[in-house]
Amino acid sequence: MTTAVSTLEIRNLHVSVETEEGPREILRGVDLTVRKGETHAIMGPNGSGKSTLSYAIAGHPKYIVTDGSITLDGEDLLAMSVDARARAGVFLAMQYPVEIPGVSVSNFLRSSATAVRGEAPKLRTWVKEVKTAMADLEIDPAFAERGVNEGFSGGEKKRHEVLQMALLKPKIAVLDETDSGLDVDALRIVSGGVEAVRARGETGILLITHYTRILRYIKPEFVHVMTAGRIVDEGGPELAAVLEDGGYDRYVKGGAAAAVTPAGAGAVS
Amino acid sequence: MAVIDATGRPPAAAGAVPRPVRSRDPQDHVVPTGREEAWRFTPLRRLRGLPSGPEADGRVTVTVQAPDGVAVERLDAVDARIGRVLTPADRVAAFATARAGGATAVTIPAEAALTEPVVVRLHGEGPANAAGAASAAGVAYGHLVIEAGPFASGTVVLDHTGSATYAGNVEVYVGHGASLTVISVQDWDPGTVHLGAHAFSVGRDATLRSFIVTLGGDLVRLNPTVDYRGPGGDAELYGVFFTDAGQHQEHRLLVTHEARSCRSRVTYKGALRGESAHAVWIGDVVIGADAVDTDTYELNRNLVLTDGARADSVPNLEILTGEVVGAGHASATGRFDDEALFYLQSRGIPPAEARRLVVHGFFAEVIDRIDVPELHDRIMVSVSARLGESELPDGADPTETSDLAGPAEPAAAGAPT
Ligand SMILES: Nc1ncnc2c1ncn2[C@@H]1O[C@H](COP(=O)(O)OP(=O)(O)O)[C@@H](O)[C@H]1O
Ligand SMILES: [Mg+2]
Repeated sequence: MTTAVSTLEIRNLHVSVETEEGPREILRGVDLTVRKGETHAIMGPNGSGKSTLSYAIAGHPKYIVTDGSITLDGEDLLAMSVDARARAGVFLAMQYPVEIPGVSVSNFLRSSATAVRGEAPKLRTWVKEVKTAMADLEIDPAFAERGVNEGFSGGEKKRHEVLQMALLKPKIAVLDETDSGLDVDALRIVSGGVEAVRARGETGILLITHYTRILRYIKPEFVHVMTAGRIVDEGGPELAAVLEDGGYDRYVKGGAAAAVTPAGAGAVS
Repeated sequence: MAVIDATGRPPAAAGAVPRPVRSRDPQDHVVPTGREEAWRFTPLRRLRGLPSGPEADGRVTVTVQAPDGVAVERLDAVDARIGRVLTPADRVAAFATARAGGATAVTIPAEAALTEPVVVRLHGEGPANAAGAASAAGVAYGHLVIEAGPFASGTVVLDHTGSATYAGNVEVYVGHGASLTVISVQDWDPGTVHLGAHAFSVGRDATLRSFIVTLGGDLVRLNPTVDYRGPGGDAELYGVFFTDAGQHQEHRLLVTHEARSCRSRVTYKGALRGESAHAVWIGDVVIGADAVDTDTYELNRNLVLTDGARADSVPNLEILTGEVVGAGHASATGRFDDEALFYLQSRGIPPAEARRLVVHGFFAEVIDRIDVPELHDRIMVSVSARLGESELPDGADPTETSDLAGPAEPAAAGAPT
């Protein structure tokens, strides 16, 4: 199983959540392979299961994997705790970042960098590293002393997510709608931050988005369309252009359209 | 924090705040039975008879470390400064003053601006007793009188350590235009019972900041009260408590606005952990008919860290005038925010450290306002140590770690009791 480059492999992934009416299956057999340096976009209408996929990768306890596998470089991610996955190189930029009152951004960043790198970063270089990364994302230095996500605007939260990605240098970064809720300026800044990480070539990026807007800034090599818990179409950047014009109607209306590539019909890329 | 039990009610719906009997004579007060509003949450059997005022057979040593210019005196029982602010509202408080037979007084002169805090160390000389209440520390009584003269500013720390069965009153007179911070730390050893009335009188245009930090002891029950002697008074009352298995920590506050244009803010935060940990917070605020232009808000938040712990939180606001700037309260008791823990763990932070960060953050809002650095750090370390223990296997002695947070050996100066 071990591959030369970092690879996230998702096979036949089924995920359920517990609801008042009992377990409800959300992902119904997802296959996906993301290699180091590659950028994949997952696009799909609201409710199709995009966030569920990202939570399942990160290990959120509410999302229960009932079948299938997720591996990183051949290691079974599903056997790892949430924090162990992060230390193994998984990063999730959340669609709705959580407020942690009273825990300062600087304390949080240092705690996570220490955990992920396996040792506390040297104070002198660390301060510079954080300052530079914040400046790149046009984040006011005063943010360092604020509580994590506490009172942040939507755009500030998303920039703070990208800041963490830049500092933690993951093998695989899942960006769950990092583009939504951003004005044009913020979208440009956030996209620039993602591009910078991508340019290092050390990170495989899974860019989850509802809109095609961000794809004008970040060109994925692979585009996957998800509806109703399955990947229903896959292709190159040209697929994004088709979606830009036609939206998701052709996938959603009248059930799974005949034109669609069958999900799980062999590994992509 | 997820709210699982919110007792907040709209201010208009709040009922009458009980008016207890006020008298220095213990016999004027009822012997608590547990049915009284004031005693209904308190485990009376664990008070070691304090409501009946047993003779003192133990000691709480008082040492005062004060900057130059601050007067430290021993007052005899008939001194007029005793009882100027505090008239006991229950038997234990009445016995505390009566049996203390005088008081230790700390006076910051008019217009003095202290750059160092006054530190009053109250050390219970009872046997250090890691096993809990099995061998109770002896009974002791105490009374402190603190005064900040007009336009003075300063900080007074009351540092309670050791083990004792202690009924101790504190009365604080804040002069007109003065600015006083009083920090009372209850860092008792296990096996301690501590009951106390802390009465504050805030002068015209004066500012009071009170911190009550309750960490140790078997049973701690404090009654902070605030009154205003003129308009423009401002009182901020902060509290932090960490209630461990078997501990009972009760904070009953009463803020009475009779003067106009005064402000009060109450912010108490507690964490509870372990079997039979019990925290009680009562926040009574009265706004009298003449107290127009009052601005008040009180908040209690409790973080329940494990099963078996219980928090009672009762805010109560009585408003007798329609012309207030603001009057509100909030109370919430909840568990760890799972989403916050997930967020931290998704950044590689192990679960135990994630919990520690969340609890630190929860308390930081209050603790970070304590601007006596040694004390700030000691309290943070103490909170950490307590959290760290939850990772220890059963049977580990919890006092071992919290001792790390104990006070550095002081160079005591000033008048002992
Ligand atoms: N924790 C949850 N409990 C119940 N239902 C959920 C939960 N999370 C997601 N769902 C449901 O699963 C479906 C997919 O949700 P989600 O993964 O958030 O979609 P997307 O991110 O594509 O908008 C939706 O119908 C949503 O309501
Ligand atoms: Mg989503």
